[in-house]
Amino acid sequence: MNRERTRILIVDDEEIVRESLSGWLEKDGYTVSSAQDGPSAIARVNAERWSILLVDMKMPGMDGLQVLEQAKKIQPDAAVVIMTAYATVDTAVAAMKLGAYDYLVKPFDPEEMSLMITKIVGQQALVRENVLLRKVLKRDYRFRDLVSKNPKMRAVFELARTAARSSSTILVLGESGTGKEVLARAIHVESPRSQGPFLAVSCAALTESLLESELFGHERGAFTGAVARQRGKFEAAHRGTIFLDEIGDITPKLQLALLRVLEERRFTRVGGVEPVEVDVRVIAATNRDLGKAVEQGHFREDLYYRLNVIPIQLPPLRDRREDIPLLVDHLLEQLCVETGRKVESVSHDAMALLMEHPWPGNVRELRNVLERAVVVASGSSIQAPDLGLLEAARGEAAAGDMTTLEQVERRHIAHVLAKSGGNITQAARVLDIDRVTLYNKIKKYHLREVESA
Amino acid sequence: MAAIYVWWIGADAPDHALLDGVRAAVSRSYELPARLWHGEERPADTWDPRRGQHSSTQILHWLAGHRPAGARKVLAVTDVDLFIPVLTFVYGEAQLGGHAAVVSTARLWAGPDGRRLVRTRLVTESVHELGHTFGLVHCRTPRCAMARSINLATVDEKRPTFCAECRLHYLERLAREGDDHEQGADADPDRR
Repeated sequence: MNRERTRILIVDDEEIVRESLSGWLEKDGYTVSSAQDGPSAIARVNAERWSILLVDMKMPGMDGLQVLEQAKKIQPDAAVVIMTAYATVDTAVAAMKLGAYDYLVKPFDPEEMSLMITKIVGQQALVRENVLLRKVLKRDYRFRDLVSKNPKMRAVFELARTAARSSSTILVLGESGTGKEVLARAIHVESPRSQGPFLAVSCAALTESLLESELFGHERGAFTGAVARQRGKFEAAHRGTIFLDEIGDITPKLQLALLRVLEERRFTRVGGVEPVEVDVRVIAATNRDLGKAVEQGHFREDLYYRLNVIPIQLPPLRDRREDIPLLVDHLLEQLCVETGRKVESVSHDAMALLMEHPWPGNVRELRNVLERAVVVASGSSIQAPDLGLLEAARGEAAAGDMTTLEQVERRHIAHVLAKSGGNITQAARVLDIDRVTLYNKIKKYHLREVESA
Repeated sequence: MAAIYVWWIGADAPDHALLDGVRAAVSRSYELPARLWHGEERPADTWDPRRGQHSSTQILHWLAGHRPAGARKVLAVTDVDLFIPVLTFVYGEAQLGGHAAVVSTARLWAGPDGRRLVRTRLVTESVHELGHTFGLVHCRTPRCAMARSINLATVDEKRPTFCAECRLHYLERLAREGDDHEQGADADPDRR
């Protein structure tokens, strides 16, 4: 409960009421203000956010019910309490119908007043927390949260959106950190199965027997330690979606078992004989070249074709640098909600660094770098040193013999642009090239966002 | 050093031992000199015949205009029942960050043999209301003098001393107020 954040507006035509009640509530640590009539109260409600309105019923001109009705239209979340010295059933019913939180007959016991305010503040804190948690839970998982200006990525989203409507198996391909699971979750959320479960299994993290048990479950006594029947992820994901990450890493035995599930939509638990039927949509993902694995005999060709019904290839971040500013804005917004910090922007220098970084870990790495920066940033803007990339860049520069000429050129141009505050003329002069050449290089290396950031 | 003045404004004759107990306790809690003020004047126009109680807010208005010269804060003690318009009663009231506070024994009654308990309650509420004049707001530590007083159970749970956090706030506030009061200190300590 945050008392300082709770703002209370007292609306009463009697000065002594306004003064004494304000004083009483201020001593509880709330921010309190008052209005002497309905119109000035509504003006205050229009101008500022209020948590609670304590409104006297009987006032000349605009009465408490009229204030209640208008205030609820402007700020539906504010709790309006009607106070009256002359209670009638009719006005009480009218007040509650108009959305009053409570209808109190003056004078009230200090305990009653104190408990009511505490209760309202507690409920409002819960609502805020709920909104925040929902925001955090839903992060990344809708297509509207997948951001890109890159034509390849836009095509990916279009394909995924279409695929979401079907129950076909999807194979998501892409380097580590490109957002394969995020895409899979978004497909699930946008699919007719969204009310069902979404379960993710990392196939590379477990041994063959553990993964088999994890996917298909086991009967009691199936192996040492199997003291009770255990449902597997396939059963648990019934009417939902199962995401099988790093599918390229599963053993031939499990490849066969998986093929059977995909073909027959049923399986048996480890140590069991009864078949279990399931309705599960499979989204598999890998960062390996499955076609090559098939050629080399490491992956079953029939399973490959079963999985490869709708292949979706996610490009690495280095191939869509123009998305970096957009992703930075999007991720910053999420991170601020999650960490409770208020970091609104990224400085010119910091954005230049982000644009030139090679991002071998893709969007996941970008998110991690920003998360660190949000935590260490001292102001509302992330500065270059906050990113922790400077040391890494120095390390790369030291290993110069491992860098291509283009990479060096790109980094140097970005650096000079950052130093000159994005001023093309000044940067061109420093680089000793003409402005047209510099523009061409900015375009070639996707540095435009640095200029406009 | 400017003192806290304790002033009996009740209807009955003052209980000197009780008042001296309050004086000593607030002096201890606030680490400031405190003295009894024997002014004969009483607040006017604070009685509400409809409610049969006295308006604590009106008493504060009156006190603000009758603060004895040289008083850092003035704590009025009374035996009349106090109210603010929306509440059935209050144990006391104070100007937040101001100079005046009032406490009443009317609701602290503890039975025929409860004189000692009344004194304990009055001391706690006196420290509490004076705390508001030093800008302190209600505290969530139930034993702190600045915890809310919404019924006798909450009053009895408190001690007439501050929790560590409230004490820190008080000392900070005292340091800020210090210079303002040094000038007027003891200008006319014996005014009646």
